[in-house]
Amino acid sequence: MASPQPDWAAIDRDPRFQTLHKKKTAFLWGLMVFSIVYYFLLPVGAAYFQDLFKVKIWGPLNVGLLFALSEFIVAWVVAAIYAKRANREFDAMAAEIARDAHKIGGSK
Amino acid sequence: MGRSTPYFTGAAAFLASGLAFAGEGAVADQWKWLTFAVFGGIIALTMYITWRASKRVHSTSEFYAAGRSVSGFQNGWAIAGDYLSAASFLGIAGLISLYGYDGFMYSVGFLVAYITVLLVIAEPCRNIGKYTLGDILAFRNDPKKTKTIAAISTITVSIFYLTAQMVGGGVLIKTLIGIDYEVSVIGVGVLMLAYVVFGGMVATTWVQIVKAILLVVASLVMVALVWAPYGFSLPGILDHVIHDDGIQKEVAKLLGTSAANMTPEELGQRFLEPGLFLKNPIDQISLGMALVLGTAGLPHILMRFFTVPNAQEARKSVVWAMVIIGGFYVLTLFLGLGAALNVGPANIIALDKGGNMAAPILAQYLGGGADSMMGNFFLAFVAAVAFATIVAVVAGLVLASASAMAHDIYVGVIRGNHATPNEQVTAARVASVIVGIVAIVIGIAAKGQNVAHLVGMAFAVAASGNLPAVLLTLYWKRCNTWGIMLGMLVGSFSAIALVMMSPNLTYPKTVIKDATAVLDGTPAKEAVPAKASEGFVCELFAVCRNAEAAKPAAEAKPGAVEKLATLNQKIATLTDPAELDKAKADAGKLEKDIKKAQDDLKKFEGQTTNLVGLEKPFFRLKNPGIISIPLGFLMVILGSLLFRDKRAEAMWDELYVRQHTGIQAEGAVAH
Repeated sequence: MASPQPDWAAIDRDPRFQTLHKKKTAFLWGLMVFSIVYYFLLPVGAAYFQDLFKVKIWGPLNVGLLFALSEFIVAWVVAAIYAKRANREFDAMAAEIARDAHKIGGSK
Repeated sequence: MGRSTPYFTGAAAFLASGLAFAGEGAVADQWKWLTFAVFGGIIALTMYITWRASKRVHSTSEFYAAGRSVSGFQNGWAIAGDYLSAASFLGIAGLISLYGYDGFMYSVGFLVAYITVLLVIAEPCRNIGKYTLGDILAFRNDPKKTKTIAAISTITVSIFYLTAQMVGGGVLIKTLIGIDYEVSVIGVGVLMLAYVVFGGMVATTWVQIVKAILLVVASLVMVALVWAPYGFSLPGILDHVIHDDGIQKEVAKLLGTSAANMTPEELGQRFLEPGLFLKNPIDQISLGMALVLGTAGLPHILMRFFTVPNAQEARKSVVWAMVIIGGFYVLTLFLGLGAALNVGPANIIALDKGGNMAAPILAQYLGGGADSMMGNFFLAFVAAVAFATIVAVVAGLVLASASAMAHDIYVGVIRGNHATPNEQVTAARVASVIVGIVAIVIGIAAKGQNVAHLVGMAFAVAASGNLPAVLLTLYWKRCNTWGIMLGMLVGSFSAIALVMMSPNLTYPKTVIKDATAVLDGTPAKEAVPAKASEGFVCELFAVCRNAEAAKPAAEAKPGAVEKLATLNQKIATLTDPAELDKAKADAGKLEKDIKKAQDDLKKFEGQTTNLVGLEKPFFRLKNPGIISIPLGFLMVILGSLLFRDKRAEAMWDELYVRQHTGIQAEGAVAH
């Protein structure tokens, strides 16, 4: 690295970085916990709620099969929600901090 | 397969069962030329890609990371190509064709795994990493220590995964076209080495993209042909599934005596309900944990994120990968149901007990059957795609191991990062050749071995050793070198040790008991009432009694020897040619069963303990994740809290700012 190092601690303290950090943390871990809980509902349901999974909804199509298919939809929706917010919001915030990196707190 | 079915992944069933299938391949001799033509075409295409790529690969960044110039969309296809092994294509479609719902449920975890990759792993790793898992862990920790342990872990995980692929590939090619196992393994090894050594990550990426496209196109065509007769209606095809005679019979067989009071339609509906294959919920949750957390810790998947120019493209590549992988698993549902409807579970089992031949035989049927040119062309195409799949997956694994060996160990640890660029590329190529030769040797040495537990072990080690270390070094300030060392060692070893004590391994006493039952039959049994578990620990370890379901009374069953004798007497009296043929075919099957049981008895004669000295499994689950993953996390935390590491804490601000902003991230190479 030929260029002088930015002052990392100062960037970390910068309110813009703190905002990015707070927004990202709450959003990402929220989605993560939701996804994991939703996923484990499938094996738990298949093992302990078989009567519910066997209920027929549309012809032979039952709750269990619909729930398994919904896992795919939910995974895609979570990915889309994250990608949209990151593209729209997080990327711009990160780019702004990166652009000003050498100004924040002065270079070492 | 029954209770002893290894069910970690489709690979498990796929690998364990293919071994039993003998014969000269599913393709008849007169159509072999067609198979070779399709194989030749696909191999020629990949060789052309490699030749083109070899002209672009000069620096380490080009060799390990394709110059970081792969687009997010391309990388999404390449991730799918890296991830969708023959096990998913053949194994899961096969499981669905035999067990319905449970087979499909199996595939969900493989997609959900990418949520973890997308949300917390891909972008930070792209921002702070260079080529390997070791680079990520070494960022703020002792570089030599963490690079060494990361390299050992990478090579271990990759070799487990790779051995399963090599053995599975050898068996698959033999089953499909009758080429000798050893020849197939060497063929896979040599091809894969050519891609990696000459074309590095550039060729590997494009081979994976081509293979993923072939796989998706083949599946789409087959699903269109399967589904069209039912007007592309989901209830339409399901309606035919539940009224299908062959499927109803298979379900009745799986359920045994409890099927006695069910109507044919109830039996058919049962195929769409859980519980025909996966029977132990704790084991399933344990498997789910390993899948969802392990994928993000697989070194060959992590490595793919260094091939894109920046974090935004890394994000895009995971989203594309999720679309392709998820879409593909939805297709497998129709492939499996289509095979069950058109070929029938009984015929699929006759070819391969694990159901791996379901997709290839369905392809043959859809093309017009075993005697038609189109049928055999379809079969050849599916076989060639399966072959390309194995080669592409193995190439990615070899590249990951070679980068750990050359970049982490040789350049990072031995040379202290003072190797010239030329030395680094040479080291990478030499390491690839070494790993490739090791892969071929292991593949041949493991012929006929039970390797079903190896893919499970790879995921478990990745989830218990690699993921806690990566996650905590990225997100927890106090995490340090000591935590990473302790966590990776304890996490990985506990996962391996638990699998070695699990029901995945072969136990001589069980084999001998089963073989004897086949030969001599089983006496009548009285009903046994259900037994309650003595506690949660008892469900995991064989230290006390676990829960057992009630067993109904069973009548005595004659052994195969007795059945064969009766059948032979009957054959002597038969005159109707159709009946005679059927009786002779049944006799052939019985003879095969007897031969296999006798071989098993001979192989395990006098043995009471298996290769780790156990008579029966000490660990009751097949998947260790439920214990080893929390243990891995705990040890990273414990090691970090017990020992201080000033550098790790001092570097925290830099790591945290850089992973979120991409400042000073490794850039793309301009072409």
